[in-house]
Amino acid sequence: MTSPAGAGVSRRQLERDAYRRRRARSRAAVAVVSTLVVLGGLAVVVLQSPGWDRVRQTYFDVGDAKAVLPDVAEAFWLNIRLFLVAEVLILVVAITVAIIRVVPSPALAPVKLLAVVYTDVFRGTPTILVVFLIGFGVPALDLAGTPTSLFWLGVIALTLCYGAYVAEVLRAGILSVHPTQWASGRALGLSYAQTMRHIVLPQAVRRVTPPLLNDFVSLQKDTALLSIIGLVEALRVAQVDAGRTFAFTGYVVAACFFIVATIPLARLTDYLTVRSLRRENGI
Amino acid sequence: MTEGGTGVLRADAVRKSFGDHEVLKGVSLEIAEGEVVCLIGASGSGKSTLLRCLNLLEQVDDGDIWFDGREITDPRVDVDAVRRDIGIVFQAYNLFPHLSVEQNIVLGPVRSRGESRETARARAHTLLERIGLADRAGAYPDAMSGGQQQRVALVRAIAMQPRLLLLDEITSALDPMLVGEVLDVIRDLRTEGMTIVMATHEMTFAREVSDRIVFMADGRIEESGPPEQIFTAPRSPRTAEFLARHLP
Repeated sequence: MTSPAGAGVSRRQLERDAYRRRRARSRAAVAVVSTLVVLGGLAVVVLQSPGWDRVRQTYFDVGDAKAVLPDVAEAFWLNIRLFLVAEVLILVVAITVAIIRVVPSPALAPVKLLAVVYTDVFRGTPTILVVFLIGFGVPALDLAGTPTSLFWLGVIALTLCYGAYVAEVLRAGILSVHPTQWASGRALGLSYAQTMRHIVLPQAVRRVTPPLLNDFVSLQKDTALLSIIGLVEALRVAQVDAGRTFAFTGYVVAACFFIVATIPLARLTDYLTVRSLRRENGI
Repeated sequence: MTEGGTGVLRADAVRKSFGDHEVLKGVSLEIAEGEVVCLIGASGSGKSTLLRCLNLLEQVDDGDIWFDGREITDPRVDVDAVRRDIGIVFQAYNLFPHLSVEQNIVLGPVRSRGESRETARARAHTLLERIGLADRAGAYPDAMSGGQQQRVALVRAIAMQPRLLLLDEITSALDPMLVGEVLDVIRDLRTEGMTIVMATHEMTFAREVSDRIVFMADGRIEESGPPEQIFTAPRSPRTAEFLARHLP
């Protein structure tokens, strides 16, 4: 904001710079004071409340937290693995379904219908019901070749639900790429598939990165739903701990793990977005 | 050519409608090897649609188009192979915004022609040098001026080494300061013997650069002939009227 110092800067400009510095300082001071007042006030209200002692013992007991931490941490590793495996499968399912839905080929009509039914059904069904149905229903079929490991049943349930969401996000991205981009690709002699792969899909994915991240953060949290079919992940361990201590500190510890795990993903997306903006717009 | 003539391309009674609106009402045109043909005419006269039909971006409703001795309006023809040999540049440049200048130019030759990346990259750099943009190979389109983008779009088309180049009002979106640098590239191409069909509103340039002027009106070719004749002694009154309004 300040002009380069040195010769040739007019008095008027020096005066403007000085005013801008004063204004920036006073604005920063206002922001700091108001933040302290609001947060401090909230803290006082909570700490002065009549039930605070009991709440602290139930939710924020340091001793309980230390005791449960190693178990939750170990169990959370399962959440991470569930998430990572499901995420890859979801991307594969979603890209396939999204492309099937946008390809203008009449020969694909039955498959397209199937893709529409899939997205409608799995976006409409609560994830917890799908987890129940897959987790208990598939093993009950007793069919040869169907997975019996809870891990894979859980991954399949999450993939089915999130694949439908992510497919629709990607489809919106693909449709948002201007038709002239298709024309330019085809005009270079690229086939439909090549144009999709090298020109349309990369632009589509860039545009929908923020909503895509939303879905993946949500997926990270929903790995906790798999506790209901008996997977011993972080929430399940916290639950067992709550049953032992008759307090909820274990849940708070588990919640912290989930929060901390989503932050790197958010920062990574921010970084990627800014980088592509810089590169492509020369900002 | 199978049915007489030595042209690169021949269109025969081509018709095209969008909904109820008939944009091309039977257009016939022959382009000889190395010829530079300018399509002139009011907006909506069918120039762009004709160009888009010629490289099969639009499907004709009737009539035939022959390219290099083959009828390319035949649905059994491999359209991708045809388009490799007919380049087109659009009014709005349409560069790929997620790819650098070099990647924009190399994509077609590598993916569509199956050239090696090194060959394609070497040619891209030679071409960029010729248009004075060698130092921008790593830049992204949105960081460049319109004139620079359009020159890159020209190079992207030329890098495919097409037999025929279609230019669709490629200077219309540029401000007058930038038009000159794009037209210079076309002058160069003409000197090298590139066959070019261009729709344009740049009358002075059309007169200077073309071997033949084709004046279109209402989806038909109203008149066609050498530039001197068209600009000084048009036969059709409609041509005369159009030129009176568009000549500086």
